[in-house]
Amino acid sequence: MLKEKHQKEIDDIISRYPVRRSALLPLLYLAQREDGYVTEAAMKEIAQILKLTPPQVYETITFYTMLNLKPVGKFHIQVCKSLMCALVGSDQLIGWFHSKLGIKPGETTPDKLFTLSVVECLGACGTGPMMQINEDYYERLTEQKVDQILSDLKNTGACPLKSGPFMWPEPSGAKK
Amino acid sequence: MPKHELILLKNMTQPGYTGSLKDYEKTGGYQALKKILGRVQPADVTQMVIKSGLRGRGGAGFPTGVKWNFLPKDYTGPKYLCCNADESEPGTFKDRQLMERDPHQVLEGMAIACYAIGAETAYIYIRGEFVLGSRILDQAVAEARQAGYLGKSVLGSGANIQIHVHRGAGAYICGEETALLESLEGKRGLPRVKPPFPATHGLYNKPTVVNNVETLANLPHIVTRGAEWFASIGSPPKSTGTRIFCVSGHVKKPGNYEVPMGITLRELIFEHAGGMRSDKKLKAIIPGGASAPFLTEQHLDVKLDFESVAAAGSMLGSGGVTVMEEGTSMVWAALRLMEFFYHESCGKCSPCREGSSWLTQTLRRILAKRGRMEDLETLKELCQNIAGRTVCAFGDAEVAPIMSTLQYWRHEYEELIREAEASREKELPMADARH
Repeated sequence: MLKEKHQKEIDDIISRYPVRRSALLPLLYLAQREDGYVTEAAMKEIAQILKLTPPQVYETITFYTMLNLKPVGKFHIQVCKSLMCALVGSDQLIGWFHSKLGIKPGETTPDKLFTLSVVECLGACGTGPMMQINEDYYERLTEQKVDQILSDLKNTGACPLKSGPFMWPEPSGAKK
Repeated sequence: MPKHELILLKNMTQPGYTGSLKDYEKTGGYQALKKILGRVQPADVTQMVIKSGLRGRGGAGFPTGVKWNFLPKDYTGPKYLCCNADESEPGTFKDRQLMERDPHQVLEGMAIACYAIGAETAYIYIRGEFVLGSRILDQAVAEARQAGYLGKSVLGSGANIQIHVHRGAGAYICGEETALLESLEGKRGLPRVKPPFPATHGLYNKPTVVNNVETLANLPHIVTRGAEWFASIGSPPKSTGTRIFCVSGHVKKPGNYEVPMGITLRELIFEHAGGMRSDKKLKAIIPGGASAPFLTEQHLDVKLDFESVAAAGSMLGSGGVTVMEEGTSMVWAALRLMEFFYHESCGKCSPCREGSSWLTQTLRRILAKRGRMEDLETLKELCQNIAGRTVCAFGDAEVAPIMSTLQYWRHEYEELIREAEASREKELPMADARH
């Protein structure tokens, strides 16, 4: 149960808003952080916390692409396919993933490690092709970078190629 | 190298600048807030912003101070400020940089706006994918609160200013200001019917101002250096100040470039962004994000200010400039954008919900060489029945790529259709032979 485990965080979230329902998206994120997706039990509990009906919670979830209603792999790869990334090679990128992981968009590898999704614009159009894996952005991707990212994530669970605070072009004299 | 002074990106281009409160204070940060709190009347701050000519940087370009002035004057209940950090317009990636590299500049701007409009609570509605940005902002808010720049009775002035960071969850439409408010209220992000406008019935039905990140980031500079200074930059009187243009596509050096409004597309693309990435010629430009109609190489000398881009038949929009080289299929490009709009239509208005699907299917058919000449009329008719017939501006936006590519590159559509017709003709004798 979310409440038992995260009472303080839940209270803190609710205190930011004069109307309880505003806390819905933050609480859904909390539930997703816990289970990897929003479970039915979590929906019911959140409804109770916010004094909503479960359908009110469900109808909101289905509007937003970032809330998962089904389990996803440990690493959720989301590749941008919108025009600006497509101009600089996002379709090839999706092809590399297919050849390297053997999965098509919407599928998860049998070891439940990687889920591949193809998504619309993630707001990093100057540094495409790009993707998001879980909470991190990876930009200016090449086939070699993708290789490293996949093997790092598989072996260590983290990859140093993820983006830091964004600035592009980088300021002259910045350390590489 | 920039030939002009950077304003918004100045701090972050300094070596070693981290965006921490300490670094921001060293550059004169929060002095603007100190200058006005309790010393300048809120109404005078609004007048200053009106005089500066500052217009919204999110897309619509509405004068910021005028927007503030729409709030009811005699109202004493709660009012709200929302910082629109949804940055979802394809081609746009400036707000992310402003928030992740110099978060206090945005927060100081928000505090100034709160003081001017009399709001005690403000929310930053940041797109859900910007997890790093939301963490940086959370941390900056905590720092500013600790230092007394936010919180109860800011700097002893008696003005209370609370800022909260609220993450969206992946919906383009939540950049539309009333959809943003719905989303912030914990609902599906469907735009509201206007009027009433947010100025009177906004967040929780209370008077609300929604301003873009870049718009707000300009405020400390206007307060510090004066409205006249700001109004002298760019292309006065109607397009004052700088813009951060986000250049993407087939250029050598894509990225964010802050320049005075009024420089030409040619200067931006060839001097700042390094020109084309290969020896292929420039073919098409989207000057203001995915919602802006395409322009051609004929338009390279168009000035990047609100009026000039509008006069050229497009719009300055969010400042996202996408460049395409010779060899890029315009039907393909229009389809890619159409697929985006189809995916992101919120479904509230039938013309947009159904029309975006029909437009996508028709374009796919043409690109797959299965089209017919009459499809071109169908496309046009559909577009004309979507634009202007929806609750929000999404309807106008989604038809822009098709209408403009049909205007300038109709022959590309016709070639694909002629190929389709030729292959259909070839099939006929086969059909005859079966009898």
